[in-house]
Amino acid sequence: MEKILEVKDLHVTFTTYGGTVQAVRGVDFHLNKGETLAIVGESGCGKSVTSNAIMGLIPNPPGKISGGKILFKGKDLTKLQEKKMRSIRGVDISMIFQDPMTALNPTLTIGTQLMEGLKQHRKVSDKEAKKRALEMMDLVGIPNPEERMKQYPHQFSGGMRQRIVIAIALICEPELLIADEPTTALDVTIQAQILELFEKIQEVTGVSIILITHDLGVVAKIADRIAVMYAGKIIETGTKREIFYKPQHPYTRGLLNSVPRLDAKGKLKPIDGTPPDLFSPPKGCPFTARCPMAMEVCNKIYPSSTTISDSHSVDCWLQDERAKQLLATMVTN
Amino acid sequence: MKRNQNPQHYNQKNVPDEWFTWRKKDIREQELVARPSLSYWKDAWRRLRKNFLAMSGIVFLSLLVLMAIFGPILSPYDANTQVLSEQYQPPSAEHWFGTDNAGRDVFTRTWYGARISLFVGFMAALIDVTIGIIWGGISGYKGGRTDNVMMRIIEILYGIPYLLVVILLLVVLGPSLSTIIIALTVTGWVGMARIVRGQVMQIKNYEYVLASKSFGTKTPRIIRRGLLPNTMGPIIVQMTLTVPSAIFAEAFLSFIGLGISSPNASWGVMANDSLGAILSGNWWTLFFPAFFISFTMFAFNVLGDGLQDALDPKLRK
Amino acid sequence: MLKYILKKLLIMVLTLWIIITLTFVLMVSVPGSPFNSEGNSNEIVQQNLERHYNLDKPIHVQYLLYLKSVATLDFGPSIKQPNQTVNDLLGRGFPISAELGLITIIVAVISGIILGILAALRHNGVIDYLAMGIAVLGISIPNFILATLLIQKLAVDWEFFPVATWKSPMHMVLPVLALATGPMAIIARLTRSTMLEVLTQDYIKMARAKGLTPWKIIVKHALRNALMPVITIMGTLLAGIMTGSFVIEQIFAIPGMGKYFVESINHRDFPVIMGTTVFYSAFLIVMLFLVDIAYGILDPRIKVTKKEGE
Repeated sequence: MEKILEVKDLHVTFTTYGGTVQAVRGVDFHLNKGETLAIVGESGCGKSVTSNAIMGLIPNPPGKISGGKILFKGKDLTKLQEKKMRSIRGVDISMIFQDPMTALNPTLTIGTQLMEGLKQHRKVSDKEAKKRALEMMDLVGIPNPEERMKQYPHQFSGGMRQRIVIAIALICEPELLIADEPTTALDVTIQAQILELFEKIQEVTGVSIILITHDLGVVAKIADRIAVMYAGKIIETGTKREIFYKPQHPYTRGLLNSVPRLDAKGKLKPIDGTPPDLFSPPKGCPFTARCPMAMEVCNKIYPSSTTISDSHSVDCWLQDERAKQLLATMVTN
Repeated sequence: MKRNQNPQHYNQKNVPDEWFTWRKKDIREQELVARPSLSYWKDAWRRLRKNFLAMSGIVFLSLLVLMAIFGPILSPYDANTQVLSEQYQPPSAEHWFGTDNAGRDVFTRTWYGARISLFVGFMAALIDVTIGIIWGGISGYKGGRTDNVMMRIIEILYGIPYLLVVILLLVVLGPSLSTIIIALTVTGWVGMARIVRGQVMQIKNYEYVLASKSFGTKTPRIIRRGLLPNTMGPIIVQMTLTVPSAIFAEAFLSFIGLGISSPNASWGVMANDSLGAILSGNWWTLFFPAFFISFTMFAFNVLGDGLQDALDPKLRK
Repeated sequence: MLKYILKKLLIMVLTLWIIITLTFVLMVSVPGSPFNSEGNSNEIVQQNLERHYNLDKPIHVQYLLYLKSVATLDFGPSIKQPNQTVNDLLGRGFPISAELGLITIIVAVISGIILGILAALRHNGVIDYLAMGIAVLGISIPNFILATLLIQKLAVDWEFFPVATWKSPMHMVLPVLALATGPMAIIARLTRSTMLEVLTQDYIKMARAKGLTPWKIIVKHALRNALMPVITIMGTLLAGIMTGSFVIEQIFAIPGMGKYFVESINHRDFPVIMGTTVFYSAFLIVMLFLVDIAYGILDPRIKVTKKEGE
């Protein structure tokens, strides 16, 4: 399968008054053409920073990509000049933001905001731009597009605004769409509609999607593969099936246990504690302090990646033979 | 640069076997203890202390207050005694800030002026806050019709150019310290009331207020215990900004001849008296009152800015 | 929108009425009669005054007639300058004051906005600190002190500019500088803080994600939203410039309204004080009203918030 995006050992740091925050600490993942990859994790784990890094939208200063590569169709985006990057943003790679209430400029009409990306990147007449905008509004399911184009954001409901945001992202026919928590700010019923819309646009346009979310329900619905992120690292990746039915990392299991499910037998179990301070990240596995199965080694050395299957890998000491023995003795005792 | 030493590059096989034991529970609990949380005020103070300008403002104002109290006592001269033989003495060992057109000691008069300016500033701020909190608190807390009427009144008062009203009042009532303060506060509280109202409206819908309401807590108690402490931040900031504008207004009024009358010292009066003098080279008569008006306002402004940054909950980290 | 305008219009009329009434109440409550203070007004003036203010009639009739004369913009005679009406003084002074005010506001707005934007775009950089340093100083130094400093240095010591009066563009530099610095500083600080806030908004991120050029993002997306709050304080700034012009005109001997006003205060020339106050207030309130309307036109959200009744 063709890889449209490959992120290799990505490091992002932010310099603040309090010191340097290592927000992303060596992230590896890839995205195949036409698939949907979900990056899952708690807030502050670095998933939004990763997506902003792909877009080249890390504010510098204070932020900086301090290492690694982002290969988009073989081209390293971290090496590109800002001007070149601008011709990719919105054209080849687009982004959808979390809160549709704030993502649209309150003082410009919907039509203006829809068409300006197109006008920036393609030589189109006003008439063509308008035609294209109307098509897009139709695609994302907005009734009376002709009339709605002249209106302002405050005249739209949250769900409708998110549809507009999606239309804006798609108007230049990008190959990669990054959706940062696209449904978090919406009502549950609207969430379902927006997720259906994602499936529909992927079908129609063949766009590849990176979905950033903390909501495993969203993931279960539309993701093909899942990457679980914790404290600036991807700790486990696999297909949806593998992550949901054979989670290996204690954190992944914790995440799944903290989601209410109809078929679950046990109680809902939240994960104790909070993620580590990324001003001074721990030397070993960052989850050690919260991990119910932490060993001495976890606090000392970060585990390297263990391959479970072609598509499934995990960074955890429990995969080590010696840990398996320890587990076995615990069970026999 | 650190990445080369990253433990990630350890070979799994090198890891000593004895590290594969469960971690002790008490260690884990220790690690789970969150960072000590600072109280709102302590945290704000911590941030304010780091702000050099704001701290300089505090130091300057403290010194000014001290000098306003003790300055005239320390000086051997009387503020209003005219010694015509000592007209326009430049600053010297006898007269540190020189003397003015009537041979009065500028040093002594400056601290008398500080008394007047600070008194006017603080009184105006105090009255503004009192009226503003009551008006804004009731308006924001009651909401609905009461709020509507009270806000319309504010909107009308807001439209009245306040210095014109102040001038009118002073012309009619005759300039004196108390009329200046009254005049300044007649419309001055409007800004404070707006801020308090906005804060109260926002906070009264927070869960903890709704909760205490549902327990049947009486309204005044909710306002006193639940709302006021949480609106203090913006109120304090507004106060620090009210003081300099009142000081400016007093100086301005004195300057156009509506301040406290001339033999008495106020910075505005002193500046007005010495307007003609600087053209003849007697710069010190204007310099000292001008310097202190400007620096006092500067100190209050930077302190207000600093407080705003320090007290803004959004900036807490 | 119409409802919004009507509401603002109503408030404007109410405010005006309160000011007019206030001036009337204050004047009739002056101990003794305000119209023969110090006993030095001559007989003709006295007759004129009595005729204009209908002093022989009962007080409520006086009030109504006063309202009527204000409504017809007839402010009566001056005490200290016989043969002069308040209208004569206003007619002479207003064009000059308006010129001073207009130039000042243009200078203040343009330089303030530019300074504020530069500071925000170079947040925590040298330009930012420099601009904000200037701004805090500008707010802290009262305009009458700045004016005397400017005269002392630039006019007397170095003779770059004429000391006083209002004749040529060179004459205008110092008074405008003295008067514009304060409002410029306020605008610069406000523009900077709103600009900084706007720049962190999602719609700016979104605009960047569309691949727009920085110039387009700033001009089309950031500036317009950042300048909204600046519009709302224009009324207050105008009031500040107007009162500031009282002393500036006095110091620079500019024959504008402000100078007459301060003179009338010093002479306790009550008809002039009343007339000028009412005129100033009316002018300001109308400006405030226009600012509100401009805001309503520029911010599409206004219509809705009003419909929801806040």
